[in-house]
Amino acid sequence: MNWSYFLPYVLTMAVVTYLIRMLPLAAFRRRISSRFIRSFLYYVPYAVLSAMTFPAILYATGSLPSACAALAVALGLAWMEKSLLTVAIAASAAAFAIQVIASMI
Amino acid sequence: MTFTKGFKDGIPIGLGYLSVSFTFGMMAARAGLTIAQAVFISMTNVTSAGQLAGLNLIAAGAPMLEVALTQFIINLRYALMSLSLSQKLDGSMTTPHRMLFAFCNTDEVFAVAAGQKGSVGRRYLYGLIAAPYIGWALGTCLGAAAGTLLPDILRDALGVAIYAMFIAIVVPPAKHSRAVRLAVVLAAALSCAMYYLPGLNRISSGFAIIICAVAVSALCARLFPIPESDEEEDAA
Repeated sequence: MNWSYFLPYVLTMAVVTYLIRMLPLAAFRRRISSRFIRSFLYYVPYAVLSAMTFPAILYATGSLPSACAALAVALGLAWMEKSLLTVAIAASAAAFAIQVIASMI
Repeated sequence: MTFTKGFKDGIPIGLGYLSVSFTFGMMAARAGLTIAQAVFISMTNVTSAGQLAGLNLIAAGAPMLEVALTQFIINLRYALMSLSLSQKLDGSMTTPHRMLFAFCNTDEVFAVAAGQKGSVGRRYLYGLIAAPYIGWALGTCLGAAAGTLLPDILRDALGVAIYAMFIAIVVPPAKHSRAVRLAVVLAAALSCAMYYLPGLNRISSGFAIIICAVAVSALCARLFPIPESDEEEDAA
């Protein structure tokens, strides 16, 4: 990809992300008093990650059956509260197994 | 609370990042980025969800404002983490050090730092971010380099890893809290609706995530406000 196209995008992303992390830590040392805003911020990560995962995960492996297998394995292991690494590797392995089986049929 | 203690605490995070950023590097290469560009994103942004969303928007040629807004909403959670952590820093964390450390304040780094007893100082925090930062950059490099060498079938299987990690982050809290469960299910449903329903599916993916996050978080904050004392306990 052309750097002159790529660089403005990445620098914009980096500056926005950095300011979000840095400003509250460096400047704003008082507690947010609005209960609504604190509650809103509390739910943001869960809503973001969930919206990013669904339905994108169904198209992440190139075939619907292997994606469904990966999703089922990820949900099951996450429910059992396994580590991030375990869940990620097991889901990939499940998708891989289904792809291999499908290619043999 | 030395640098060494922090470094050791950061090693598991670094190993986890290695595998997830490998997937990111692979996706970046597939989207048309060079290895150097993929590593450049990881070394300047240091955020999984933000980078993934950004990558899709760059590949789609989205307007700059949409990219900035998407990063703002997706990464807004860091403001809360930084705010919470600011109550826990000792005197060695002067403003310049706060500004430097903030660059690497990821979800997992925050979780470990916040879990320490008492206040934390700069030696520990710099130790803590070392392994995750190296793991994040190295994994991206390996993924971007090896991604094109891997057979398609393996590459496709690894493409799901980053989403599996997101599931591993949201499901355990959703299991224990009805409110978080509602947020996760509603956001997934709304996101699917915006992807599949005619008309709604003309909204670009970046704005769809913003709309889902804001609507669902506002609704849940209204229905299930968090207890007043939460942050004081965290800071104690």
